[in-house]
Amino acid sequence: MIKIKNVSKYFNTKAALKQVNLEIFDGETLAIIGGSGSGKSTLLRLMIGLIQPSEGEIWIDEDEISKMSEEDLTRVRLKMGMVFQYSALFDSMSVGDNVAFGLVEHTDLPKDKINSIVKEKLHQVGLEGVENLMPNELSGGMKKRVSLARAIAINPQIIFYDEPSSGLDPITTRTIDELIISTQKSLRVTSVVVTHDMASACRIADRIAMVYKGELIALDTVENFRKINDPRVQDFFKSLVTQ
Amino acid sequence: MIIKFFELIGEFVIKMLSDFGSVILIYVDTFKQLRHKPRFRHIIAQMSHLGVDSLTIVSLTLLFTGVVFTLQTAHELIRFGAQSTIGGLIAIAIGRELGPVLVAVVCAGRVGAAITAEISTMKVTEQIDALRVMAVSPVDYLIVPRMIACMIVVPLLTVFGDLIGVFGGYVVAVYYSGISSYLFTNSIHVFANIYDLTGGLIKAIFFGNVIAVLGCYYGLNCPDGAEGVGKATTKTVVASIIVIFILNAVLTFFIYGD
Repeated sequence: MIKIKNVSKYFNTKAALKQVNLEIFDGETLAIIGGSGSGKSTLLRLMIGLIQPSEGEIWIDEDEISKMSEEDLTRVRLKMGMVFQYSALFDSMSVGDNVAFGLVEHTDLPKDKINSIVKEKLHQVGLEGVENLMPNELSGGMKKRVSLARAIAINPQIIFYDEPSSGLDPITTRTIDELIISTQKSLRVTSVVVTHDMASACRIADRIAMVYKGELIALDTVENFRKINDPRVQDFFKSLVTQ
Repeated sequence: MIIKFFELIGEFVIKMLSDFGSVILIYVDTFKQLRHKPRFRHIIAQMSHLGVDSLTIVSLTLLFTGVVFTLQTAHELIRFGAQSTIGGLIAIAIGRELGPVLVAVVCAGRVGAAITAEISTMKVTEQIDALRVMAVSPVDYLIVPRMIACMIVVPLLTVFGDLIGVFGGYVVAVYYSGISSYLFTNSIHVFANIYDLTGGLIKAIFFGNVIAVLGCYYGLNCPDGAEGVGKATTKTVVASIIVIFILNAVLTFFIYGD
């Protein structure tokens, strides 16, 4: 379980997040939505420990990570996988090496076993025979898939997605959404998806949280979220209708 | 107006101290990571990537330095009847100072800039964050192999550069200034000793360390965007060259002072 208690984050004097409280349960998919600059990506980066909060606590299971050293965070991060907005594949490595990276770094598995896991994970995300390609030879959608394959290679308990549909066409977006759902179901992981795409959030999430100007203004199941009578939330649903 | 002036000075001093402190922290992190098993494959790859590719520019730089140095000194030394010292003078000057310093300056421009460009691009494209999320320390993965590679490669390039530099001097001394080949080589035997080479190599090890760590530091701390990558690369070259010259003075004092 991920618990965020009274978390605020300031960049110089500007508040990016103000007193956010949030609990994410094991095995659920939570979509965090919000406009550009609302603070949703900051919240994600705080949960992974890439930045530290100015105030408050962040718990990943039994570990309070907000004051942990980078070295201690290593142990906690082995539970996590992350799909970055622009995939963040290592461009000097082949697709196969990218997917194998976590296994090479954190396990003593023989090369043959690693290769077969890489094949299996790529198959899971709908890619085959791409192990020897370089990231710059892939399309945006394929990069996202490889990034997901890399994230699930070490069997994490939590997967974070940062704008998974960003820069993709609607059909590829739907494919990635289906992949997020199937990954969640097959691996029974906790998924946290940061997105500004309301349609995508409604498709994949069990619950939706909305961040507006650094504040968490709404949190509920997809069904109940539609009924929230807050103009800021409704504005987001209007975007869904116009789509 | 005056207040603004002092504010600018204060800002500059704070920035300098902040950068200095950050570099020290990078060094502390790097030395902490040295307790882990070395990534030999990465070190070799970096040595090949950073070292072998610099051979041509190092050769050219030291060849022409040897040539010009001999052109400038041989005539005067012959005039004073000291032609028997030319070979030794060139070997000592190149071995102690010109070799290590010029190789380091060339490497700061070639290797340091390459390191910064690579790491800052990784930072801008979130690859550094990806490393951290995958529980891999960027210091262990990126800085340590580059630091070790540079600490091996820069001295090797220095030995190579020393030989090429002396060869350049030999060609000018023998074929232009008319000194006999025996006199030149005998002069090296008489005046220069192994300490002239090893002292230069000790300097080269320190210079290699500085080039790699500063290259990585500016790469990891580059501002976002393509412009940030360019700025970080320039900063690396400027800072490395300044530190190399200061460090050279300090090391010369300790190695060759008295």
